[in-house]
Amino acid sequence: MADATAPYRIRGETGEWEVVIGLEVHAQVTSNAKLFSRAATAFGAEPNTQVSLVDAAMPGMLPVPNRECIRQAVRTGMALAATINRWSRFDRKNYFYADLPQGYQISQLYHPLVGEGTVHVLTDEKDEGSAKAIGIERIHVEQDAGKLMHDQHPTMSYVDLNRCGVALMEIVSKPDMRSPAEAGAYLRKLRAILRYVGSCDGNMEEGSMRADVNVSVRRPGDPFGTRTETKNVNSVRFVQAVIEHEARRQIEVLEEGGAVLQETRLYDPGRQETRSLRSKEDAHDYRYFPDPDLLPLELDDAFLADCRASLPELPDAKRKRFELMGMSAYNASVLTAEVETASWFDVLLSHGVDPKQAANWVVAELFGALNRLGVSIAECPVSPAHAAELLKLVADGTISGSIAKTVFEKMLESGDPAGAIVEGEGLRQTSDTGAIDAEIERILGANADKVEQYRAGKQQLFGFFVGQTMKAMAGKANPQVVNERLRAKLG
Amino acid sequence: MTELTRRTITELRDGFRSGDFSAREIAEQFNAAVAGARALNAYTVETPNDALAAADTADAARVSGDLQPLSGIPLGIKDLFATAGVDTTAGSNILAGFKPPYESTVSGNLRRAGAGMLGKLNMDEFAMGSSNETSAYGPVLSPWKRNDGGNAALTPGGSSGGSAAAVAAGLAPGVTGTDTGGSIRQPAAFTGISGIKPTYGRCSRWGIVAFASSLDQAGPMARTVRDCAILLEAMAGFDPKDSTSLDLAVPRWEAGLSSDLKGKRVGIPTEYRIKGVPDEINALWDQGIEWLRDAGAEPVEISLPHTKYALPTYYIIAPAEASSNLARYDGVRYGRREAGEGGLEGMYSATRAAGFGAEVKRRIMIGTYVLSAGFYDAYFNKAQRVRALIKQDFRAAFEQCDLILTPTAPSAAFGLGEKLADPIAMYLNDVFAVPASLAGLPAMSVPGGLDDLGLPLGLQIIGRELDEQGVLIAGLAIEERAGFSARPEKWW
Amino acid sequence: MSVDTATVRHIARLARLKMSDAEVEAMVPELNNILGWVEQLGEVDTDGVEPLTAVIDLGLRLRDDRVTDGGIQDEVLANAPEAQHGFFAVPKVIE
Repeated sequence: MADATAPYRIRGETGEWEVVIGLEVHAQVTSNAKLFSRAATAFGAEPNTQVSLVDAAMPGMLPVPNRECIRQAVRTGMALAATINRWSRFDRKNYFYADLPQGYQISQLYHPLVGEGTVHVLTDEKDEGSAKAIGIERIHVEQDAGKLMHDQHPTMSYVDLNRCGVALMEIVSKPDMRSPAEAGAYLRKLRAILRYVGSCDGNMEEGSMRADVNVSVRRPGDPFGTRTETKNVNSVRFVQAVIEHEARRQIEVLEEGGAVLQETRLYDPGRQETRSLRSKEDAHDYRYFPDPDLLPLELDDAFLADCRASLPELPDAKRKRFELMGMSAYNASVLTAEVETASWFDVLLSHGVDPKQAANWVVAELFGALNRLGVSIAECPVSPAHAAELLKLVADGTISGSIAKTVFEKMLESGDPAGAIVEGEGLRQTSDTGAIDAEIERILGANADKVEQYRAGKQQLFGFFVGQTMKAMAGKANPQVVNERLRAKLG
Repeated sequence: MTELTRRTITELRDGFRSGDFSAREIAEQFNAAVAGARALNAYTVETPNDALAAADTADAARVSGDLQPLSGIPLGIKDLFATAGVDTTAGSNILAGFKPPYESTVSGNLRRAGAGMLGKLNMDEFAMGSSNETSAYGPVLSPWKRNDGGNAALTPGGSSGGSAAAVAAGLAPGVTGTDTGGSIRQPAAFTGISGIKPTYGRCSRWGIVAFASSLDQAGPMARTVRDCAILLEAMAGFDPKDSTSLDLAVPRWEAGLSSDLKGKRVGIPTEYRIKGVPDEINALWDQGIEWLRDAGAEPVEISLPHTKYALPTYYIIAPAEASSNLARYDGVRYGRREAGEGGLEGMYSATRAAGFGAEVKRRIMIGTYVLSAGFYDAYFNKAQRVRALIKQDFRAAFEQCDLILTPTAPSAAFGLGEKLADPIAMYLNDVFAVPASLAGLPAMSVPGGLDDLGLPLGLQIIGRELDEQGVLIAGLAIEERAGFSARPEKWW
Repeated sequence: MSVDTATVRHIARLARLKMSDAEVEAMVPELNNILGWVEQLGEVDTDGVEPLTAVIDLGLRLRDDRVTDGGIQDEVLANAPEAQHGFFAVPKVIE
């Protein structure tokens, strides 16, 4: 990537343009039951089997809110350093569609649960200079809709209400992003925070997280232009593609003397383009009003204290802590990017290993091995306890770094602890000067010519003698002792 | 054979318990009365077997000593209450054939209390109406006739018109009603029976087809105040399935009954003396004041300054909520479907056009309009502000008094068709009933007397939040003094 | 404020109520009559008055996160005008 701190500009026919981006992220709240009904939220069940009479909007059915959904949204707000509104309320958003049995979605327009907050992002993980704070406008809680299937019958669409009523958090950013890279960094960071908090699984393929992408363009320094909203984009890559495409399209319109229409658009990943949903716009007037089936939601101190107390250490704090332990900024960043990695690493640290050594080993050795095996850290065949044992064997000189690689490979294959492998295979490093001296004597004797050359000033041959000695000792000699003895003998 | 259909719930309960007659006899007589009164159009569904089954259970319970509070009592259930496996249509074509797989909390509570069900009672469509003329099943006829020699068909009031007619005609000793803006009290007044709307939140709304959620409350209608207390005790109670349900123990209202109002101040709101109300109504009101004074109460003049704005407030808020509550009737999951033209939207529009009647459509249109872009603040929010003032009026008034006495309705029952052409004239029927609804207060109508044409008139008592007991006591004080015993002569 | 036929058509569309031209024509005076009547609320001084949010003084209760409902596909579909293969069926939606 080029200099991440340089402003992102798009060159048009008539000059440079700046793109302005805001994201509305819909994140499925992790809960067992739905927001207002007691049916399950699990993914992939048979149609209409996770539907209560409330979800199906039978006459006379009433919503009762799930505490866990509220709690998760509040915890999320706290993790984003956002204002928590102790008094909030649910509103009805009225529209007709076959995936919306009530004829309205219960949402929060006028008094959302969570107010303004911040997400800190780095567009370049290696560069602190790329840091940027993206504002959060609000988070509100609302019901998901059901699902329509259009390809099962020639003249009918099929309706499955399993998802209907599942809790969503809508996390609305301020229009603070100025490049696809910033939007990507924001989404990745937001996803990481949600996963740390445990309020959303962040699974974009299953639709647990999707974004409405608001894009406008302007000349640098000008006021905001007219924005478009591209709905339901379900990957970081697609979000970035939408921004690039929409910015280019808007610039073309403007440069041809046209005006951007404020409208809703849909992204077609196949064609890599957005298209207007304008035809449906005119019918929308959501007639929001407070849901009379639900009273105002008032949160007390105990509830908020419980939410706060249950928050884990968040990525930024963890990263800072790791850096203070002596890890490089890069290592600290990659070790905290995913909650599973960070948790695994924290357990490793809890076994008393050297943090810096551990970080280097995880980033270089462990990540490499996981990549090769094609497994996630959660599925890693080596436990943090076993890894700690391995690192300690290196630190206390029991095995050398190169033997450690061999031991680690065996650990990955067998799942056995490091100590058992070292003992079982006789890989313990030796510092026995008698044995080492004997080998050195033999090697120097057999390479008298090279000894001559070394003594004549060809210093680089030292490495040759080290290599020969280590080889003769089957790698188990303490390299430091070998160095010392060789220097003494060679004079 | 002992004539049981003219008895009160109290009499039936006590007679059944002491073995004067069996529960089966009670059920059989009421079943016969129901079947013989189809001309009144009070019931939309008759469920004689349900009543008999509950009666047999009650008779067995009497032997085993396992009696429930309402064992032996068959009741009529307003068609707004979902009844498991029994057609529940809210008086609307759009719910034609709908058999809910669930039982409303209130009707379930009554069943658990031992009551049987005689059938489902006709009502204004989705409870929108004051004359029962908006029902898809056609109007209910009041059992009452004017004594002027004419034979005009009269309304039993609405929206609980079937409920009111059934009690007045002896087709049920007691019934459920619902009251959004007077739908228990006005028909009770029109038919010479008693009915109480409790404090908002006393009775669960779960399983009651919603009209206007912030106003809807279930309540009983019966011959006497005591019967209302007995039924309300069985209907009310906390329901975790309704977020607006009050988590309070149900008071023992029957045990707490008396007619002693010593030390109580009864507020008489000056704003309820309105132009155009017949003298007979105001005369009965004055009589009511004297009855309460006689019971020990001290009448005090009070002011409820925003009374005149209650109806317009109501006719913004209730249609707004209804327009949203009725969006679920779309032909997808239950009820009627019309294919229409133009795919899904065409199906929706055709289904709703065919399924809803004129008054329901009118209110959906008003409700949609007042919530639509640009009008929300001017109409809906304005109305909610005025509603706050109306509630504040009552709060202030209840610092000077303990109960409020007013007429229930501004007229006696009117003839079918008389007000159909003028919606506002129809709406004005609820002028005295609506303020208490907007404030969520308990209010009851008890019969006070007959007008010159021989038609019943009612008096309304409004209480403080949660003071159903005070309302019932004042109701009983009036009942004892009014000595209202008139019954419609059987012509059906 | 006064509604005209265009407004009535728009509102009817929002409310998904199919109306003939004659019905629209008839609805115009009816709505105007009622709206004109409710507009008397304009006389009330509501400055500084918060809109009523709940008629009873009660906070929102929250329930526990337990799955105790669902698994009733038959009941959910029992009253449907058209159900196929466990789904509700509606006229094809073109997106």
